Amino acid sequence: MKQTLLTVAGLFCASAVAAQVEVLTVYAPDYFGSEWGPGPSIETAFEAQCGCDLQYQTGDLLPRLLLEGERTEADVAIGFNSDITKRARESGLFAPHGLDLSPLTLPIEWDDDTFLPFNYGHTAFIYDNTKLDGFDSFEALLNAPDDVRVVIQDPRSSISGLALVLWVNAVYGDEAEAAWARLAPKIVTVTQGWSESYGLFTDGEADVVLSYTTSPAYHIIAEEDLTKSAAIFEEGHYFMVELAAKLAGTDNPELADQFMAFILTEEFQTMIPTTNWSFPAALSEDKWPEGFQSLPMPETVLFYDENEAAALRDEAIEAWRSALSQ
Amino acid sequence: MAQRVVAIIAALIVAGLVIGPVTAVLWRGGGFTALSAADLAALRFTVWQAFWSASVSVVLAVPVARALARRAFWGRGALISVMGAPFILPVIVAILGLLAVFGGNGFVNVVLDPLGVPKLDIYGAHGVILAHVFFNLPLAVRMILQGWLAIPAERFRVAATLGAPVFSVLEWPMLRRVMPSAFAVIFVICLGSFAVALTLGGGPRTTTVELAIYQAFKFDFDLSKAASLAVVQLALGLSAGLVALLLARGDLLGAGFDRVVARWDGSRVLDGLWIGLAAVFLLAPLAAIFLAGVVGLGELPSSVWGASARSVGIALGAVVLTMALALPLATKAGEAASLLGISVSGLVLGTGIFLIVQPYVRPSEVALPVTMLVNVLMALPFVLRILRPGVESARADFGRLGQSLGLRGWTLWRIVYLPRLRRQMGFAAGLTGALAMGDLGVITLFSRPGQGTLPLLMYDLMGRYQMGAAYGAALVLVALSMGIFWAFDRGGRANAVV
Repeated sequence: MKQTLLTVAGLFCASAVAAQVEVLTVYAPDYFGSEWGPGPSIETAFEAQCGCDLQYQTGDLLPRLLLEGERTEADVAIGFNSDITKRARESGLFAPHGLDLSPLTLPIEWDDDTFLPFNYGHTAFIYDNTKLDGFDSFEALLNAPDDVRVVIQDPRSSISGLALVLWVNAVYGDEAEAAWARLAPKIVTVTQGWSESYGLFTDGEADVVLSYTTSPAYHIIAEEDLTKSAAIFEEGHYFMVELAAKLAGTDNPELADQFMAFILTEEFQTMIPTTNWSFPAALSEDKWPEGFQSLPMPETVLFYDENEAAALRDEAIEAWRSALSQ
Repeated sequence: MAQRVVAIIAALIVAGLVIGPVTAVLWRGGGFTALSAADLAALRFTVWQAFWSASVSVVLAVPVARALARRAFWGRGALISVMGAPFILPVIVAILGLLAVFGGNGFVNVVLDPLGVPKLDIYGAHGVILAHVFFNLPLAVRMILQGWLAIPAERFRVAATLGAPVFSVLEWPMLRRVMPSAFAVIFVICLGSFAVALTLGGGPRTTTVELAIYQAFKFDFDLSKAASLAVVQLALGLSAGLVALLLARGDLLGAGFDRVVARWDGSRVLDGLWIGLAAVFLLAPLAAIFLAGVVGLGELPSSVWGASARSVGIALGAVVLTMALALPLATKAGEAASLLGISVSGLVLGTGIFLIVQPYVRPSEVALPVTMLVNVLMALPFVLRILRPGVESARADFGRLGQSLGLRGWTLWRIVYLPRLRRQMGFAAGLTGALAMGDLGVITLFSRPGQGTLPLLMYDLMGRYQMGAAYGAALVLVALSMGIFWAFDRGGRANAVV
């Protein structure tokens, strides 16, 4: 009983202390805040320098912010994809970050004053290099025999699936539907999200899976498995970037600014590769983990900015839908 | 009178929990949106596949349930329990289990290939129906088996003495009563299919309404579209319920015993074949999942304990709430109304509840209660399907007797009805608990790190390339679900009056 009272008293004291510390509320996707994601180590590192309490709220990022509108408790939101920033920007919920972007090491120009990149990757087809020779171009994949089984994600429900239809659009333009028609016989199935596709691939149900150029790094670093490779296409790869933004209505603007600035620091950036399995957005290549440095990188990077992507989206999805519905 | 008031209150709670959130989303979205040609195509496919999935499940369930009803064999109870597992599997795990058997590199193809048989291709509309039958056949078997067991053994004996045809005199009237509601429940579940239809359908040909809702919500943030589609789902679910009510008219049967009735009719071999086929079809994918899960157990993170505790807590809470709502709702109208809960997209329900609670509490504070509540709504139609026949026959057989002793209201329930419903309540509670272990995707707007449930943990692991550990988490989930089911189901049978 005494023990219980002491514990209860202890809890009260702890919460009294906590109440005095300023809280920075960060909205993030589930994968970011999970125990294997970058969230926990970033929290520890940032709390050590700000003397504040960083709290994550995880889940669907943009839908939740749009539902909450100006009443949101978020100070910072991290984990946007460049293909949905247009909708986010139009909401007027976000404020300029005011940061110098020269530390960025992205393969493309980036001068957005609101959405700040923290990591990136490219869409790529992953295969088992003990079973297939790989493909050096999109054409080679389209010309592959029809018994090569490919699994992709649905552009209507998955961000990587959407990136794929934009990729095909960037490579084939008006011929996108014809390209899809050539790929169609090889597509075993289309899944709702990335996890399902990758599960089918690792279970042997598919030979080739739509994923990212960084996927082999996971197998190399975490599993010491060198059999998974990304096929690097000469036509180029679609660029995918993840972004953070400060809320205009934050009641803690200084802490929010401090966190935004923290994103570009080496301390933050070195945590990214092996927790989010992506390339850090502001870190020179010699500081990447070894498994990342050795990854083959695409020579050409294809990218539509948010306005182009929004304008092309419906048409690109329709080309996919119509070719795969035959 | 008081009983009627309680029933009306319970019905209002259920309707409010469904219609409230949908209205909130509709309100926020600014009204209805006209459906596009693609939406209508998705709607057509959704109804088509749900119709065939439910038809095949129910038709196949009849011979299996009959065989189980009249054959006693070692392990019969365990087989019935384990066969229920597909229904509670996380969708993606079930898909991977099915593919381990029927997929391109699956067991069937590995065996058939050397024999020169052309490769079985599971992807397509037939794959969607196969997967839905895998999920729902066990449910159909259980519901129809209940109908068989409710026919008193004496009637079979009387029929035998008189040389009356058992099927047309006893079995067909029972099936006519049970099959429409079993069909309706499964039809409505399949209306909400998304990942199964897409993955096993092989591509955009098999787009469902639920995918359109997901797209409207996640990508377009078009709440009006999401809500409009949810209203279509509601209308479909409600129509299915009403049609089932109309078709399922029939006389009440007396109470039966969960005992195998010694029968003289039917072929042993044929019954054995049906049970064997169903067992192989349902158990082979489960075995694949079990093996992968056992291997993955060692890779599980320690957070699996907390996640398991939260999931079990949600399940037990859902059992209590579901029972409290189900007993007063155990009428025909109540059963039809309960279909509302499973017709509506979990995503829309979750969004609506978020909109309603958000001005008052931090959504992440109520993540677990909301998950529990939605699970209650989802379980209610199954629970009512199981309880209603028992409640009605208890009322018919003992209601007046009880009242003649001056028993009323709760006392009447406690002394007369509940002891007679133990068996059905145990089964219903077990099913609720097992179902509530699963996750319905409503939690994504509410969650915060470190309070995830087992299904969330499993998806998290999958998203982190950790397929092995994800299988391990799925195995823990299934084991806990089965444990909860078994405990309630057994508890209900022990010392039951009937």
